[in-house]
Amino acid sequence: MSAGAKAAVEFPDRPGRRVLAKPLRAGRRALAAYLPATLLLVALVGVWEAWVRVFDTKPYVLPAPSRVWDAFLETRDILPGHIRTTVAEAAIGLGVAVAVGVGLALAMATWPLVRRVFYPILIVSQTIPMVVLAPLLIIWFGFGLTPKVVIVALIGFFPIAVATVDGLTGADGDMIGLIRSMGGRKRAELWYVRIPAALPSFFAGLKIAAAYAVLGAVIGEWVGASSGLGIFITRSQNSFRVDRVFVATAVVALVSIGLFAAVTIAARLATPWMYIRQGEEEEPL
Amino acid sequence: MAAIELRGLSHTFGGRRPVPALAGVDLEVPDGAFVSVVGPSGCGKSTILRVLAGLQVPSGGEALVGGGSTIGRAGLVAYMPQKDLLLPWRRVLGNATLGAEVAGVPRVEAKAAALGLMERFGLAGFERSWPAQLSGGMRQRVALLRTFLQPARTLLLDEPFGALDAITRRGMHIWLQDVWMRDRRTVLFITHDVEEALLLSDTVYVMSPRPGRMVARVDVAFERPRTGGLVVEAAFVRLKAELLGALEG
Ligand SMILES: Nc1ncnc2c1ncn2[C@@H]1O[C@H](COP(=O)(O)OP(=O)(O)OP(=O)(O)O)[C@@H](O)[C@H]1O
Ligand SMILES: [Mg+2]
Repeated sequence: MSAGAKAAVEFPDRPGRRVLAKPLRAGRRALAAYLPATLLLVALVGVWEAWVRVFDTKPYVLPAPSRVWDAFLETRDILPGHIRTTVAEAAIGLGVAVAVGVGLALAMATWPLVRRVFYPILIVSQTIPMVVLAPLLIIWFGFGLTPKVVIVALIGFFPIAVATVDGLTGADGDMIGLIRSMGGRKRAELWYVRIPAALPSFFAGLKIAAAYAVLGAVIGEWVGASSGLGIFITRSQNSFRVDRVFVATAVVALVSIGLFAAVTIAARLATPWMYIRQGEEEEPL
Repeated sequence: MAAIELRGLSHTFGGRRPVPALAGVDLEVPDGAFVSVVGPSGCGKSTILRVLAGLQVPSGGEALVGGGSTIGRAGLVAYMPQKDLLLPWRRVLGNATLGAEVAGVPRVEAKAAALGLMERFGLAGFERSWPAQLSGGMRQRVALLRTFLQPARTLLLDEPFGALDAITRRGMHIWLQDVWMRDRRTVLFITHDVEEALLLSDTVYVMSPRPGRMVARVDVAFERPRTGGLVVEAAFVRLKAELLGALEG
């Protein structure tokens, strides 16, 4: 308290400068982080445009970026509906993946028998190719939302379950001993040590799941759907509109990045102790 | 009935090369007493506390707290391990109230008690800091506060001032004596520091090098409250010499 008051007397202009400096510093940091990748992307798009113009490549083989942009403007009215469908499938699927993955991880961390039974099955489940499974799921669950949600969940629950169970069982034994010395039982161990210790690995798993979620939904839609980016791609291919395929691909990438960023922000909010920089004040986000 | 009793406690750590750590330790701490154990590094002091905390099953002997065996039974004492073991995901305040919370003390109550002691522990203003933002000595003080806020009648403290400088240490001694005299909870205190042991204790035990057993027991009768000036008095220096002699064997 008194130290703060003294600082204000000695540096009367400091508080104001700090307020301004913060967003500026954050902006510069973001620029430094993303500038190289952006430059490379811009350069690649430039080369692509030049290539198509110089060699006069047919648009049904490889459309120029400018043509893809035109296609995007053309489809502006029909795209949002497809995006909504796919995002809904991805988000619900991811939610199911979290519920199942975390539930399974908790069960495996609590009962060794469950771990011995499920861990191998978990790994086997990941060796089934989705292209084989997708048509079966359509037969079982119809053409609606369900089979896509199931695919997204099947892809997503594995990294979540594996990362979370490792986090839960890898918690510091001495810390667990401390809780036991306090009279805590299994539930207290979980609540005070294992779960918080597992949060960073849970989010690592969730990031992987989020990165693949949109792709999973699209794969599900390829096999059969009435709406969604996957069916949009299929229709565009059938009518040789490669430019529209590119539009859809870009949208899939953007939505995936958005989902990934959302998970990153959630991780940051849920595990603030992982983001302390020594010798600096905490910054909210 | 003694608050803490060890009878012939022995332990050998298994493995390819077994390590005998304790070889028949006998010790008795009367209810409400402050008893210290000094001994060379590696003689098994921490192992004794881990047995009493119910975290280590010994190879032989008995360990009783309040007449009940602690072998394989945790939760009878408030235990401050040698490592502070602060939970990185709890702020200073949350770490201080952890033991009380686990023991079922309502959170509001534990928080109020902790906040009332922050000043005394030199932690005022750091209630919302993360453990990673503290110095080693501060972390140790948070751990000590956490132990004190546990509702147990018996306290086991494993070198609680090991990471503090001499001056802060003296301040903590005076403080510890103060709070201990207020409610006279039973304390078993581990230290390397003979002076610290004499200043604080009713009784000091001296352990042999590994495998540890008790080689001397000194009763300290100085009147309380004791002050820092005691350490230069003739009677104190004599006891100190006696303990150092026993330590050297
Ligand atoms: N988990 C373990 N496995 C094997 N050996 C161990 C284990 N823990 C302790 N030991 C051994 O037991 C002996 C006693 O250890 P302990 O930690 O009780 O010593 P200490 O008296 O507390 O030492 P210090 O004063 O350095 O803290 C040591 O020689 C150590 O090598
Ligand atoms: Mg020790």
